[in-house]
Amino acid sequence: MTGQTQSAQTGRQMTGAKMVVQALKDQGVDTVFGYPGGAVLPIYDELFQQNDIRHVLVRHEQGAIHAAEGYARSTGKPGVAIVTSGPGATNAVTGLTDALLDSIPIVVLSGQVPTFMIGSDAFQEADTVGITRPCTKHNWLVKETDRLGQTLHEAFHVATAGRPGPVLVDIPKDVQFATGSYGGKETRSTRYAPPVKGDRAAIEALARAMETAKRPVFYTGGGVINSGPEASKLLRELVAATGFPITSTLMGLGAYPASGEQWLGMLGMHGLYEANMAMHGCDLLICIGARFDDRITGRIDAFSPNSIRAHIDIDPSSLNKVIRTDIPIIGDVAHVLKDLLEAWSAGGRKTDREALAQWQAQIGEWRSKDCLSFRNSDKVIKPQYALQRLEALTKDRDRYITTEVGQHQMWAAQYLGFEDPNRWMTSGGLGTMGYGFPASVGVQMAHPDSLVINVAGEASWLMNMQEMGTAVQYRLPVKQFILNNERLGMVRQWQELLHGERYSQSWSEALPDFVKLAEAFGAKGILCKDPADLDDAIMEMLDYDGPVIFDCLVEKHENCFPMIPSGKAHNEMLMGEVSTAHAIEAGGAVLV
Amino acid sequence: MLNIKEGSTSHSAYNLRSTFSDVEERHTLAVIVENEPGVLARVIGLFSGRGYNIESLTVAEIDHTGHMSRITLVTSGTPQVIEQIKAQLGRIVPVHEVHDLTVEGPTVERELALFKVRGEGEHRVEALRLADIFRANVVDSTLESFVFEITGTPDKIDAFADLMRPLGLTELARTGVAALSRGPEARV
Repeated sequence: MTGQTQSAQTGRQMTGAKMVVQALKDQGVDTVFGYPGGAVLPIYDELFQQNDIRHVLVRHEQGAIHAAEGYARSTGKPGVAIVTSGPGATNAVTGLTDALLDSIPIVVLSGQVPTFMIGSDAFQEADTVGITRPCTKHNWLVKETDRLGQTLHEAFHVATAGRPGPVLVDIPKDVQFATGSYGGKETRSTRYAPPVKGDRAAIEALARAMETAKRPVFYTGGGVINSGPEASKLLRELVAATGFPITSTLMGLGAYPASGEQWLGMLGMHGLYEANMAMHGCDLLICIGARFDDRITGRIDAFSPNSIRAHIDIDPSSLNKVIRTDIPIIGDVAHVLKDLLEAWSAGGRKTDREALAQWQAQIGEWRSKDCLSFRNSDKVIKPQYALQRLEALTKDRDRYITTEVGQHQMWAAQYLGFEDPNRWMTSGGLGTMGYGFPASVGVQMAHPDSLVINVAGEASWLMNMQEMGTAVQYRLPVKQFILNNERLGMVRQWQELLHGERYSQSWSEALPDFVKLAEAFGAKGILCKDPADLDDAIMEMLDYDGPVIFDCLVEKHENCFPMIPSGKAHNEMLMGEVSTAHAIEAGGAVLV
Repeated sequence: MLNIKEGSTSHSAYNLRSTFSDVEERHTLAVIVENEPGVLARVIGLFSGRGYNIESLTVAEIDHTGHMSRITLVTSGTPQVIEQIKAQLGRIVPVHEVHDLTVEGPTVERELALFKVRGEGEHRVEALRLADIFRANVVDSTLESFVFEITGTPDKIDAFADLMRPLGLTELARTGVAALSRGPEARV
């Protein structure tokens, strides 16, 4: 290619390893997460000899990827991780898949055995590009040092352009040692360029539909967050201009403020009653940057049966994948919302106020059910209460929340309020237990002065607890808020609902003493089991300048409600304290 | 309800459909890809990973200086699945263009096949006679065998195979379908 020849002639000469560090600097990378090994030693040697890029030594490669995800989601910039060949790369697979399903831009650099040994079953050799092909947006094996620079810049471009996602660049050790030509950031080929502007006619059609809608609802998702802060700003303007109610997926929390007038709360399997009923009853469904995931839709053939559906998404494959769309708009959320707002105000359009008032009254009725109410206790800490107190004591702070996966995650989504985008990091699509702790490490690296809390369950947390070493080494004051029920709570809940209360393997008989565990790592441990002590204990956690493991012993058999049982529709939610026997029928039992 | 013309979403091969049909359709796709290592694995992995059908797939470089290959792919599925396949193919980074030849207009489809037919006497004469009718060429011959080369639509090759089977067909190699749009315009 001509670009390549040019760079070969005009670029600076340097080793592949130096080129890696130079390319990261040229991309404005300030932090990388990684773990050294034989096949990346030349890169680590170069990292040692510079001060622009901070390297965070994680304790397991999965932790590096989740930390990079946390960094990316809380900053909007791509996260970067470096792993060695073989086991280093295979340990990255869960994190890559997690980032793929949640559309998180991360760039992973993996070492590889030298090119002349590839295919010989060399020590720590794995077919990394083969293994990671289905769990990355794109990946590359670089066999010539001359191509390394442009490939790295292309990798950053692909990770962040269009629908973001993880990419991996596999770099053999001889390519790191050899000298080649580096032509800077401009040398990448610019062919990959997903369109960002939506079709004008479709946007006009949506504006017309909004004018006549009697029961409209915005259904927003992670695409709004991924589109950048401008998208959240425009979304708020659009909601203010129309007065339409708005709900969001787990991934989209914070794009519209939880304190906002039109906020319905999260929708979906453990979403709020008013949000799901609004989805079911609406006549215009405006999906913005969400993808009709099975956690959202419930039973497909009963999903929002009487609505016109508009769908704004940057990925054409998201449209009509699950739910038939009437007004498809392919484009970046911020670009489309800007055009939509223009189309809305330029035409001097007005909503049907009378119908909207009726719709709001209906929603008010649903809201009055108070679906998040729970029976509190003065003897044992209810997990919902713990989160209510955490919310009350931290909501006015500069706060970032990560979570693990399970009941605590859903309770956190229900009981914590998010006012801004990029403040909520949780594993939505893949549901990766062990995500939250390393993600909190990545968030804290990006925001050293902010309060970073990982809301966890004890089982998830143990999956990546080795990262305590990282937190202590880098003096990261991450707060591990563990709702400890000594159970795999969500598994237990499903066994209760679906498997005749046979609790197969869903509890742990040998949990560590979390306070001693914290102390063993050189951190602080706090145990709290009495609701009366909870506020003081949370304050003690917040006041401590360093990592804390907060072992909050909670009610062991609490279930997470409301809930749409598998195979049921939005208007068939289970509320708390009701009989849950036979809630899931045979058809729903096969669903996850 | 809403008056949106078909294909009003720009920038994609995506077409508006009022409803999803359950009827399976057979579509021939032309996929122009960067000729780089692993690109075929990405395409095939997409089909196996998402449970789509591949009835036939051919690939070869068509532009050496531009590093381009053309994959001709025959697949089947409901209209919704076909739309998904095209959209998913379009997401692959080294995929430049996805064309659904079946909906874009009339096309010619051709496949090449080699047949080894072994036999003596009347069978051998009959095989040669049928090969002549099908305009197959003899590309190898011994006293007890022929290798025929035949080009045509997949149906024609199926028909020829059915006829050769009782006459001593011992081995068969097919290339899969290559397809182009009819008329003077280059669509791809």
